[in-house]
Amino acid sequence: MKKILGIVAAFGIALAGTTSAMAASHGKTKACFVYVGPIGDFGWSYQHHEGLLAVEAEFGDKVETAYLESVPEGADAERAIERFARSGCNIIFTTSFGYMDPTNKVAAKFPDVKFEHATGYKREHANVSTYNARFYEGRYIQGQIAAKMSKVGTAGYIASFPIPEVVMGINAFILGAQSVNPDFKLKVVWANTWFDPGKEADAAKTLIDQGADIITQHTDSTGPMQVAAERGVMAFGQASDMIKFGEKTQLTSIIDNWAPYYVERVKAVMDGTWEQVDVWAGIPDGEVVMAPYTNMPDDVAALAAATEASIKDGSFHPFTGPVMKQDGTEWLKAGEVSDDGALLGMNFYVKGVDDKLPE
Amino acid sequence: MEMTEAILLTIFTAATPLLLAAMGELVTERSGVLNLGVEGMMIMGAVAGFAFAQMTGNPYIGALAGIIVGALFSLLFGFLVLTLVANQVATGLALTILGLGLSGLWGEAFVGIPGIKLQPIIIPYLSELPLVGKLLFSQDIIFYASIFLIFAVMWFLFRSRPGLALRSVGDNHHSAHSLGINVIRTRYLAVMFGGACSGLAGAYLSLVYVPQWVEGMTAGRGWIALALVVFASWRPLRVALGAYLFGAITIAQLHIQAIDINAFSDLPQPLFYLAGLIKSTPAQFLSMLPYIATIVVLVLISRNRRLTLINTPATLGQGFVPDR
Repeated sequence: MKKILGIVAAFGIALAGTTSAMAASHGKTKACFVYVGPIGDFGWSYQHHEGLLAVEAEFGDKVETAYLESVPEGADAERAIERFARSGCNIIFTTSFGYMDPTNKVAAKFPDVKFEHATGYKREHANVSTYNARFYEGRYIQGQIAAKMSKVGTAGYIASFPIPEVVMGINAFILGAQSVNPDFKLKVVWANTWFDPGKEADAAKTLIDQGADIITQHTDSTGPMQVAAERGVMAFGQASDMIKFGEKTQLTSIIDNWAPYYVERVKAVMDGTWEQVDVWAGIPDGEVVMAPYTNMPDDVAALAAATEASIKDGSFHPFTGPVMKQDGTEWLKAGEVSDDGALLGMNFYVKGVDDKLPE
Repeated sequence: MEMTEAILLTIFTAATPLLLAAMGELVTERSGVLNLGVEGMMIMGAVAGFAFAQMTGNPYIGALAGIIVGALFSLLFGFLVLTLVANQVATGLALTILGLGLSGLWGEAFVGIPGIKLQPIIIPYLSELPLVGKLLFSQDIIFYASIFLIFAVMWFLFRSRPGLALRSVGDNHHSAHSLGINVIRTRYLAVMFGGACSGLAGAYLSLVYVPQWVEGMTAGRGWIALALVVFASWRPLRVALGAYLFGAITIAQLHIQAIDINAFSDLPQPLFYLAGLIKSTPAQFLSMLPYIATIVVLVLISRNRRLTLINTPATLGQGFVPDR
């Protein structure tokens, strides 16, 4: 069955690739985007596509865009990226962690094309940049809200895959929660998918049945929000503002705002000033935006806003010691702030997570 | 009790779309047609169900639209493989790709809008029974339809004359043809039945499971349904068993991940140890479990080779050109 799926995926890419190849550019800068999900997921890929639209709006006739959606991570991704590189793209944004190796592989073959890989850490060639957003800043704030709002002191976390990005989010959430309630518990369920509304909804139901009364997710659909609304518990949105799916349910949402970065990087290609960078922007840069704090008492909203403000002005970093690892050993001494390298390679839980990290 | 109830309800929700789609495909395949387009028909049903529910404000019309659109969409497949005798495997795959793309196009306007949920129908008196009342008699109409379908398909295939004709077409279309059975018409109807069931399965996703429309929301369920039919060796009851087993283990593995191991501290030592062992299984392995367990169980109960051969439609995937 997997083979058949592979064939289907290959077909899909071939079809999409042809249309983009036909639209080869002349004199225009061509910006291309590879998405892991459909742009209609109203989550991760949707927000990247908003960035593409912002690029179009900013540069109008001077730019040409193309995108491939629902490109599986792995071998298919390499084919898709290579097709883009051949079809005259000047800059290619590959927007999922699993595109890391394919992006670098293709970049070696096309030194004149600029590659921008989201959420990865490998820049093996001079034409590969990496960029990411400090979502953990928002997750810390969510943790604080969760600890204030939960009646039972337990939140449920729907996780996708055990990569540093996700582990970091879980840790930030529990650290935020413990800053309010040191005994706060976090249950984690790995859905092993980025996007499957049904399965994500099942995971949310499971967590609620197991006693969590706050749901948060690191998967891309609005399924969990709807389940939370139906079951009468509170939830956090993911990637985009999901308030429409839970008007009385959503506390806030971390909104990925890629538009400023995409506009800046495409402009750099146009001006010939593109250079390899490793960007990790967050709340201070407007790349991570918190949706309005809703469905909570004023004092909770005020606490959240205060934390957001202190992150924004740089006076507070969510990963500030003392922080213990799950096994009880010390990770950060009192007052010590984690460096970015440790966060980007994070492969352990901090104390308080009720889960064993899959290896 | 409440917890058991909640878990079982979640399992039913997870199993129903698989059951519907697989039951439809079973009838299609029994007539000798292999339609790999289940995923495509399902997603067309999902978008149609959502769209019509939004436009009319009535989720029942949405469910009906899912059935009709699924059937109409399968007609395209039918025309290609039955009238034009195109390759069934290639056409089925094309149908899936087309469905995924077309549904995205149609559904663009509906992304980011909360849907209208198909509400349960409470059956008086019966729904007050302990446990089964909530589980079996307080469900939505599509769930009732899926259960009815198991028995309807069983009766149709093995107890009715048209069902016998359909099976004979699947087993040997030349003999069936020489007996005066209209092979092409039988297969058209079987394909459309499969399409209608897949469409309803899709509508269940967008009207009950998660009342919303997002591209690709079937997330491979059509392929699982297809696999179920094969591993269940084309037997309706086994398809139902497979669908529920798959749903049950999918949900169980989520619960294993979320459960607090200390809840079992009252158990005798060996059992507690066992619980700890299961709990410490890596999540990736757990998420493979539904696939592995379903395949293993269905293969085991279908291990009688002779019976399996009897049940396999002999002309599955072969085109038929009547020699006049």
